[in-house]
Amino acid sequence: MAPRIKLFLPLFLFALLAIVLFRGLFLDPSEMPSALIDRPLPAFTLPELGGAQQLSRDDVTGQVALLNVWATWCVSCRVEHPYLQQLADAGIPIYGLNYKDNDSAAQGWLDELGNPYRLVIADRDGTLGLDLGVYGAPETYLLDANGVVRYRHVGVVNEDVWQTILEPLYLQLNQGQVAP
Amino acid sequence: MKTLRILLAGVCLALAGQAWALIETYDFSSPQLEARYQQLSEELRCPKCQNQNIADSNAPIAQDLRKLLHQQLEAGASDDEILDYMSDRYGEFVRYRPRFGGTTVFLWLAPLLLLLAAIGVLLISLRSRADTGAADGSVLTEQEQARIQRLLDKTEQDS
Repeated sequence: MAPRIKLFLPLFLFALLAIVLFRGLFLDPSEMPSALIDRPLPAFTLPELGGAQQLSRDDVTGQVALLNVWATWCVSCRVEHPYLQQLADAGIPIYGLNYKDNDSAAQGWLDELGNPYRLVIADRDGTLGLDLGVYGAPETYLLDANGVVRYRHVGVVNEDVWQTILEPLYLQLNQGQVAP
Repeated sequence: MKTLRILLAGVCLALAGQAWALIETYDFSSPQLEARYQQLSEELRCPKCQNQNIADSNAPIAQDLRKLLHQQLEAGASDDEILDYMSDRYGEFVRYRPRFGGTTVFLWLAPLLLLLAAIGVLLISLRSRADTGAADGSVLTEQEQARIQRLLDKTEQDS
């Protein structure tokens, strides 16, 4: 009996390897868990884009909201922009983090394409981006009402991403806030 | 022959590309700091371009991290403080030598476990080979030895 099992061992190992590799085909290696999940949004003091006031953590927290990292040099952000506008029109609070960008270029972008953001933080040197662990744009963070980061999406937020990932979390967080 | 030489020159040029990778240079107040900078920038992984360290990568984020590394070294931070600062923001992922503990336990222990497993398989297969030696007929039993002896004696008598 034992030698016969041994005979099938290579086949078994092959099948195991095939399953592991096959699964690997559908994993996105650029998708990394954020180190910030379930930790509060880092404190910051940065100017508002196109405004005179200094913004801090309290200005963008207080309700469940999205924090979208964008820049005019980021091509995918342009792709993402119309959908963010749609979400904003539907009443989802979205804050912008203008990451390592030129203020006037960013203002021009908003004037031209529309502004889906309640407020835009001008992070010219990427200091808040660094504290958030941003490594590219666009990235979108889901914050709960206490300003705790609950989810980070790297890449374009589109209808698929919103409906399958962000919206369920968004609704759940909003519910949790009403219930207790 | 000439084409070979051109080819060789081409290969040399392609390899020389490695030397251009680092563009900006930083001034350090001491050679020790510079050595630590080299070592740390090779140990820190670029979050964007995932299989390069920040010394090799020219992604904007790698440039930022190099700048940050330089600032922190000059400010007198220890290696551990710098690595903690980085992994606080970018996760354990950012270190090529992640800290032992939590999810990285398996990563660290896997080579040892695989080695032990290989030794185990080797021992088992050696032992089973020793066991099956007698059963599969390659080693003769006492009865068989006696029979051979009888046959040999018989042929000797016959001749």
